[in-house]
Amino acid sequence: MPKDNGIGASPKRREDVRFLTGAGNYTDDINVHGQAHVHFLRADVAHATINSIDTSAAEAMPGVVKIFTGADFAEVGGIPCGWGVTDRHGNPQQEPRHPIIADGTIRHVGEIVAAVVADTLEQARDAAEAIELDLGDKPAVVDMAAALGDGSTKVHEDLTSNLCYDWVFGNPDDDAVQAAFDSAAHVTTLELVNNRLVANPMEPRVAIGDYSRGTDEYTLHTTSQNPHVIRLLMCAFVLGLPEHKVRVIAPDVGGGFGSKIFHYAEEAFCTFAAHACGRAVKWTSTRSEAFISDAHGRDHVTKIELALDADNNFTALRTNTMANMGAYLSTFSTSVPSYLHGTLMAGNYKTPIVQVNVKTVFTNTVPVDAYRGAGRPEATFQLERVIDKAARELGADPIALRRQNFITQFPYETPVALTYDTGDYVATMDKLEEVADVAGFAARRAESEKNGKLRGFGINCYIEACGIAPSNIVGMLGARAGLYDAATVRVNATGTVSVFVGAHSHGQGHETSFPQVVAEMIGIDESMVDIVHGDTGRVPFGMGTYGSRSIAVCGSAMVRATEKIIAKAKKIAAHLMEASDADIELKDGQFTVAGTDKSVAWGDVTLTAYVPHNYPLEELEPGLEETAFYDPANFTYPSGAYACEVEVDPDTGKVSIERFSAADDFGNIINPMIVDGQVHGGLGQGIGQALLENAAYDEDGQLLSASFMDYAMPRADDVPFYQVDHSCQTPCTHNPLGVKGCGEAGAIGSPPAVVNAVIDALQSGGKNVTHIDMPLSPARVWAAMNG
Amino acid sequence: MYEFEFEKPSTVAEAVAALADEDAQALGGGQTLIPTLKQRLAMPSKLVSLTGIPQLKELSDNGGMLTIGGAVTHAEVAAAAAGSYPALAELASHIGDPAVRNRGTIGGSLANNDPAACYPAAALGSGATIVTNAREITADDYFQGLFETALNEGEIITAVRFPVPEKANYQKFLQPASRFALVGVFAAKYAAGVRVAVTGASEEGVFRWHEAEAALDASFAPDALNGLSVDAGSMIGDLHGSKEYRAHLVGVMTKRAVAAAG
Repeated sequence: MPKDNGIGASPKRREDVRFLTGAGNYTDDINVHGQAHVHFLRADVAHATINSIDTSAAEAMPGVVKIFTGADFAEVGGIPCGWGVTDRHGNPQQEPRHPIIADGTIRHVGEIVAAVVADTLEQARDAAEAIELDLGDKPAVVDMAAALGDGSTKVHEDLTSNLCYDWVFGNPDDDAVQAAFDSAAHVTTLELVNNRLVANPMEPRVAIGDYSRGTDEYTLHTTSQNPHVIRLLMCAFVLGLPEHKVRVIAPDVGGGFGSKIFHYAEEAFCTFAAHACGRAVKWTSTRSEAFISDAHGRDHVTKIELALDADNNFTALRTNTMANMGAYLSTFSTSVPSYLHGTLMAGNYKTPIVQVNVKTVFTNTVPVDAYRGAGRPEATFQLERVIDKAARELGADPIALRRQNFITQFPYETPVALTYDTGDYVATMDKLEEVADVAGFAARRAESEKNGKLRGFGINCYIEACGIAPSNIVGMLGARAGLYDAATVRVNATGTVSVFVGAHSHGQGHETSFPQVVAEMIGIDESMVDIVHGDTGRVPFGMGTYGSRSIAVCGSAMVRATEKIIAKAKKIAAHLMEASDADIELKDGQFTVAGTDKSVAWGDVTLTAYVPHNYPLEELEPGLEETAFYDPANFTYPSGAYACEVEVDPDTGKVSIERFSAADDFGNIINPMIVDGQVHGGLGQGIGQALLENAAYDEDGQLLSASFMDYAMPRADDVPFYQVDHSCQTPCTHNPLGVKGCGEAGAIGSPPAVVNAVIDALQSGGKNVTHIDMPLSPARVWAAMNG
Repeated sequence: MYEFEFEKPSTVAEAVAALADEDAQALGGGQTLIPTLKQRLAMPSKLVSLTGIPQLKELSDNGGMLTIGGAVTHAEVAAAAAGSYPALAELASHIGDPAVRNRGTIGGSLANNDPAACYPAAALGSGATIVTNAREITADDYFQGLFETALNEGEIITAVRFPVPEKANYQKFLQPASRFALVGVFAAKYAAGVRVAVTGASEEGVFRWHEAEAALDASFAPDALNGLSVDAGSMIGDLHGSKEYRAHLVGVMTKRAVAAAG
């Protein structure tokens, strides 16, 4: 009998009622009295010197409040980078200034060149057209290999080159690694591209800056996944404002996928301009602006080599990757191709030697940063593709080859610095073979072939590291932030509970799942518990939501705070029942004294805490409110195995996904329905990357796919009904709930399965195609078949 | 968008008069024009809506000749032509999405002549007649290249007359992002001969594939097209497909259209 309350139940998402009935409160729904509007004049060339900007005509236009250029921001800081990577020689990454508004040089299409604040948005746009720019064109740096070549134009004249850092990880001994390859019985090599993506959350970014002259306080409403991080970065590094005078509110946020983690120029601008203009300043991104100003994702070019012995055991793995940073370093950009990618290169396998080489490159393109999975999809894609290619070259069964090399003993220390606490890769593969109906594939293929279609089956495994931690270790690796989280549990006098969390819900369903945990612990109904998030004025300092960290890190803080609440409540109950607090038990919202029939209800105790007439005031403070900060001891390591079945139309190259099966191990699960939904969404984005999405630049640095007319987002009919199973559960060993993250798994684990399946289909049709770069559009598949 | 005047006349004559103003522009369903205005890519002084003119909303089936008013929406065509001209109804029912089909008009689509739109293939493939306030133009004379038509300034499409073929079919291979036609082929068999019109593929816009028409005149069967191909040199090559790919798809989609027409 499934539970209908608490941990393990699947109540419908309570927040969906307001989202689906138009009662949500998104940032663009907010209007501040007297607000002005800003229109950003954005660069339409990728690289140029700004010889002059003449705003005089524009300033005289109707409704114009003030026009800002780079010069107005000379006295404030640039957008900071939150992670400093040390290169293979021990040197720091090259870190250029990242101005709020371009100061002297334009470095990517979409960069802000001037900002017009006016009474209305249309007036601001009219005035922006009257700004006269005198630009000196410079050659655009777009291709990464060319950017690293001798004599390339530099994106930043003040840096030594376009190289941000040259990093090595795992085994740094080139000779030892080469020796392993020299002695291998077989080496499989694969060169591939991990395509650049645009996150495209349904809600574009919005920022409203407001300033109160009376209190000298600022309020920034913004579409953020982590309002405290934005406040810290903006106050301490950009605008130099006292943190206690700034409140950052991220109300309902319509999807982030990583792209709303980062501190963006528009947020700092609106805050700064509100003070400078003496009135609130609002900006709502258009979709067109989003394409050229939201941080992009992925964009790696990789060569991966896998060495195997005569028995098909993996003996060594070596990768060489170029990763695009774009024109500036976005907030967590440098961590993605380094620690979030290199640490995952062992995958699910006991390969003894792993060497990861990464060069990060500046180009005249939009900055690149974390996108759902962030480094881990890039690692998984290359590893699971090269294993599949090896299996094909060796005539080995791709499932058997993986099984043979699985890590089976836990905890396991990888050669790339992680310690996997738990997992059971054999179990998830067993489950996958069952749910994917591997046995029935031959019959399905025969049926497809009867209809003139090629059918392919592809699998892959994945491991990911969620809830990045602990703070002291990530600090040693270059993180300029802690990665704990916080929760305050405030019990009201009548027994209802408000939980103030540092995590931020922008599609994850926290408002439903977090209360399930507290309700379970106390034994009250979920309807008595609400979550408050997204407001630095209300919640304790938390790090927000990304990297599948919310329940594992913030949920743990919430558990710790609730434990404190229960401990205190038991003391109050003990006093009321004249018993020792060690003898008090809490079950189903009733406090009892062990071995007696005495009891008091949860509500009696909470009322007593706030009306302390009969209360041990000498020993115990009144009230019932506790805060906990939680810094995890380790990452959590969800893992799983995915299978994709495709049909390829040999006449057109069109791929259709016929089946997709997922067997995940997320440890303990709070709300299975929400976990299903998270996996479904991740799979949709992974399939989007594999088949459809591509942020393509031309050689002049113009984004060719700069709208939904050319950037193909997955639609409902591009994806199949999924078979998703998460019955394999090895609970995390080091957090109180035994939970792992589930938000990114689908996006991490699905692209290689799709590509492996398409290659399998083409091979079954007699086509000697060993690789196609994503997205596997009909044109690319057809070209590969007829190449 | 920039400021403009707006008029919504109720007769063709009033509309023609309103469009005489310099930089006035006709507005059908607005499915192309309104986004263009929002992007500030056009600056008409005045928009003249044609959707309030009852004459342009008429639709009649006159024994083998389907006449569709210029302001009839795609959804209305999809419903009204389902019995009389199913291939045309099917085409109309797969233009864009429901919002586009309920706002977009046949006159608007043909006047715009987007090189990847569906209706130009139907009009050219059916040998339709474009009726305006001033004259009648055969489809063969009407389409003159990308976004170019025989319409004069201020000329309004009042109706389109489609002769109903013996059999016909439209096959659209979707551009993955926009879901416009990467290649769309309309094949129709008339007593007077077969017509094959191709949209989405050519740098010159919608065109008739005469070689295929001749082969299909001899035998209206997919195999009749074996060995035929269009010249890749004149095809569009872009992010979504090379010239060679589009040329190949023209052959595949034509065969499929013939097969589906039965």
